[in-house]
Amino acid sequence: MSTRTVRQKMGRDEWLQRLLIACIVLVLFITVLMPLGDLFSKAFINETGEYIGLANFIKYFETPALVQSFVNTMYVSGVTTILSVTLAFLYAFALTRTNMRGKVFFRYVALLPLFAPTMMHGIALTYLFGNQGIITTGFFGVFPGFEVELYGPLGIILSELFYTFPQAYLILAVSLAFADYNLYEAAETMGASKLCKFLTVTLPNVKYGLVSAIFVCFTLSFTDFGAPKVVGGQFNVLATDIYKQVIGQQNTTMGATVGIILILPAILAFIVDRIVERKQNSSVNAKSTPYKIVPQRGRDNAFFVYCSLITATIFLMLITVILASLVKVWPYDLTMTVTHYDFSKVAGEGMQPFWNSVLVAFYSAVAGTVVTFINAYLIEKTRFMKGMRQVGYFLSILPLALPGLVIGLAYIFFFNHPDNPLNWMYGSIVILILANVIHFYAVPFISATTALKKLDKEFELASESMGVPFYVTFWRVTVPMSLPAILENAVYYFINSMVTISAVVFLYSADFKLASVSIVNMDDAGDVAPAAAMSVLIVLTNVLVRIIYEIGTKKLREKTGAWQKR
Amino acid sequence: MTKPYLSIQGIRKTFGKFVALTSIDIDIQKNEFICLLGPSGCGKTTLLRILAGLEQPTGGKILVNDRDITTLPPAKRNFGMMFQSYALFPNLTAGQNIAYGLQAKKMSKKEVDAKVREVLALIDLEHIRDKYPSQLSGGQQQRVALARAIALSPDFLLLDEPLSALDAKVRLKLRRELRSLHEKIGITTIMVTHDQDEALTMADRIVVMNNAEIVQVGTPQEIYEKPNSPFVADFVGAINFLEESVVSGSALGQDRLFAIRPENINLMEPPADYSLRAVVSDMEFRGSFYRVTMQLINQQKGLHPQLVTIDLPVSQTHRLGLRRDKQVAFELPLENLISFDQAAVAKKTGSD
Repeated sequence: MSTRTVRQKMGRDEWLQRLLIACIVLVLFITVLMPLGDLFSKAFINETGEYIGLANFIKYFETPALVQSFVNTMYVSGVTTILSVTLAFLYAFALTRTNMRGKVFFRYVALLPLFAPTMMHGIALTYLFGNQGIITTGFFGVFPGFEVELYGPLGIILSELFYTFPQAYLILAVSLAFADYNLYEAAETMGASKLCKFLTVTLPNVKYGLVSAIFVCFTLSFTDFGAPKVVGGQFNVLATDIYKQVIGQQNTTMGATVGIILILPAILAFIVDRIVERKQNSSVNAKSTPYKIVPQRGRDNAFFVYCSLITATIFLMLITVILASLVKVWPYDLTMTVTHYDFSKVAGEGMQPFWNSVLVAFYSAVAGTVVTFINAYLIEKTRFMKGMRQVGYFLSILPLALPGLVIGLAYIFFFNHPDNPLNWMYGSIVILILANVIHFYAVPFISATTALKKLDKEFELASESMGVPFYVTFWRVTVPMSLPAILENAVYYFINSMVTISAVVFLYSADFKLASVSIVNMDDAGDVAPAAAMSVLIVLTNVLVRIIYEIGTKKLREKTGAWQKR
Repeated sequence: MTKPYLSIQGIRKTFGKFVALTSIDIDIQKNEFICLLGPSGCGKTTLLRILAGLEQPTGGKILVNDRDITTLPPAKRNFGMMFQSYALFPNLTAGQNIAYGLQAKKMSKKEVDAKVREVLALIDLEHIRDKYPSQLSGGQQQRVALARAIALSPDFLLLDEPLSALDAKVRLKLRRELRSLHEKIGITTIMVTHDQDEALTMADRIVVMNNAEIVQVGTPQEIYEKPNSPFVADFVGAINFLEESVVSGSALGQDRLFAIRPENINLMEPPADYSLRAVVSDMEFRGSFYRVTMQLINQQKGLHPQLVTIDLPVSQTHRLGLRRDKQVAFELPLENLISFDQAAVAKKTGSD
């Protein structure tokens, strides 16, 4: 008898699925891997295109100014990470393990900084601790002044704290929410003290979350461009270096070199995250009992005070920026006005950048959501071309490791190349949308995959056995069942596209500026109040979108929730 | 035998070096209810998936009504399948679920409606037409899934452990319902199960599989009363394997392994001179009967290592005053002895 496998005739479904899988892998290859390859090759060649090995890296580490900014970046990110993770851990602990009041409120407020571009945190700090800041001048002379050296490491660290806090909080809250109460009861029966329980049960249980939060915070502050740009002063960091090398000195090879250095912690974080992901899945099983919160007056009150302080600080920042945008001439004429919202007379060039941003965010949300979900579906729910789908999966989560600046830089090199047939995209709105979609692709992809995993894997087989084409089932069952996750992804794309600066700062064209870019430009030009006003507009838009989403999907989420009950 | 309706010829499947199926041949008659029975990992589910076209065989052929379907994609095979999880679409009502496959067949809305009504009537669930799966009980979901599978009037029906997700009580009820439904519509059905009771009560014929091959094919009575190997005897029902010394002396064939079902052993009161003797070593109460484990005593009044279990009605157990350490006498009726030759014994004996 022959050993060859019996070949099934290819049905139309199989043929179409194979074609689609090949397409998505090809597109991901062109939009993720090839630009990245271009960036890497740039770092190993000189201006005339000869291969020079590690010469660029040697040159980098021999230039004292550049080494200094590397050290600066490490310092700033290290301090930010320690503080942010500690603060976020206590906050997450308060919200998941104590019986304090106002949890819903605290949860929403903790996420507020996500709605703002990082420049805004810098601007707020300027108005609080800058030369004419509220605190520096002691509330305009009412109290004794209080002076700090804001511009430099302090300003950056404070801004990054606000930037990274919500991210760390989200990760840690998830870790802390899943706990097996049996372990606590077991510890109790053996007479363990509170501290002992914390050290032997709580901490080991969240260690993966902690590791993940530490890496995320480090990477975010390591690669952030907005805050150092506004409050960095003469204190150079890698992100601002890249910008100066590429935009200021047109030194693309050194820009690429710094880009690769920038990517290293992100790659490390990516690997750690993958390992942690695998381990965390096994820590809680079906037999575990959920954590039961025992009320404790003293502890609950203490955490209530702590959370109130944190939220007060977040509100203080936000209110300061709103005030700054409304005050006529800070600090001399404190009358209220909306003239700063008329951007026509300053470097911001009118309202156009704002509307451009809304447009780009909208298109990014639509394109990103559709592409993400279809890709996640093809990779998760089809049964052909396993190898190709694994490549697709890897390319889909790889953007987690790519800082925005690196994507922006790689895209200039790749799409600006005259021989590239996609060269037409350069300088158009298309490349901005593409950069946003790829930049934020991994997180929605993972959440879409998670949503799809929750659906019975036999749905596809069942419809196949009934002779129904897969795309009918995709449209009639898969999409309606996953609609909450799909819309959540759309909001994620929209909000992130509104606030981002890092990737687009290299890619926007002079006649199509974005709101975040105009904030940087206005701030550079000294028009700080209009920059604050623009930040406020962005935050308000995002909050509005989020509220519309919450109200609009309430009914929908109830309905899909009822479907999923067994 | 008449010409088979569904014929599986020399189907093999290997995953790399791992052999999942070694040359499977089964002929199935029209309207037959076949159970594929075996321990987990024996290849029964792989065989079902090959029949459905979800998995490609390494070699062999599948014929339905003389039509070779081996290389056809699932959509072209015209079968109905019911899954372990039922795979009912949660966002569609029971009626919409049943209509799902019909709509793809370019039937008019009226025809679809009529068919849905007809199938729902068949399973006695007309009243749940507009309910969502989450609003149905497990048993109702199972019947809707079945209705969905048969609505397309398939050539044959595949059931993948259809009752395993249900409570014990519901399972018994649905066994009967599934069986009577099969009698009503008479569709050729192949069901995978690892539950011997399910196979015994439902199947026309059982295909017992182990280690990637078929061990025995036969009616439930044949499988139970005349197992062809120690594996089948052990997997289906309870069995005592008897050591050679226990049955030696009687005029039975040499070189054979003997076995007997616990319910076929007779206790003797008073004992006869040919009785075997034993001491009760354990009694397990099973509700309607006791399963009594006894240790044999040899001629020299010493304990023999052979253990024998016997099923006794509760009333008899009490009448005899059985308790641990009590001596009893029993006989092994010749007509109930099962014997295997060395070839059958040599067959791999994996048991759960």
